[in-house]
Amino acid sequence: MPNKKRPLSPHLQVYRLGFQMVLSGLHRIAGMALGLGTLIMVWWAMALASGAEAYAVFEGVMVHPLGRLVLFGFTFALIYHGLNGLRHLAWDAGRGYEKKTVKTSGLVVVALTVFLTVAVWVFAYMQAGKI
Amino acid sequence: MRTPLGIVKGLGSAKEGTHHWWVQRATSAALFPLTVWFITSIATLVGSDYGAIVTWVKNPLTMVLLVLFVGFVFYHLRIGVQVILDDYANSRKAKLAGLFLNDAFCLIFGLLTIFSILRIFLGN
Repeated sequence: MPNKKRPLSPHLQVYRLGFQMVLSGLHRIAGMALGLGTLIMVWWAMALASGAEAYAVFEGVMVHPLGRLVLFGFTFALIYHGLNGLRHLAWDAGRGYEKKTVKTSGLVVVALTVFLTVAVWVFAYMQAGKI
Repeated sequence: MRTPLGIVKGLGSAKEGTHHWWVQRATSAALFPLTVWFITSIATLVGSDYGAIVTWVKNPLTMVLLVLFVGFVFYHLRIGVQVILDDYANSRKAKLAGLFLNDAFCLIFGLLTIFSILRIFLGN
């Protein structure tokens, strides 16, 4: 008889939290957050198709400080998930498994994510003529 | 009796063998360059008015890339969330409900977005 209580994945709480575990968890959390964040893109496209008035409502929400905060988080999650996704693709191809490589690639992804997120926002503010 | 190949082709927690695993990687590889394009484009458009953004979507290349991006995003999201449900949903009921909601979310919002993009592209 199969035991229904048997967990489908190893219990997360039995391991001591490590850097790679956090990165791995963040990959999924970022993916889920981006999944919900697609609604912003859906609204953007629908508002744009509906006309200037509907688009002004969308724009009004997005330029609000809270809207900007959500968009900043979205940018961060997207860049992180994309860069960390490259690590996953490399692992799937059987590369980058050395302990030292895994640690270095993780650090590079985190550093690049922070740098690129800020760079994209600085660039966007410059485009808008705010800087 | 099943051969190892037969097992790998039809089993796994999603009962679909390696198909989903492969599609997840294929959509990832396609999404990386599309995402670089998407982020760069949107960042460049910040500060543009309504008319300029509509003009941008009306460019055939933009329209095609946007539709590809949206399509791959929702396909990738659907399989990604399915894997999370495969891993963590303990009851069959919760898993089936989750899979249904996931499919509905991705299908409806994916189609809505693509439909809107085409509406802008074809509009006056």
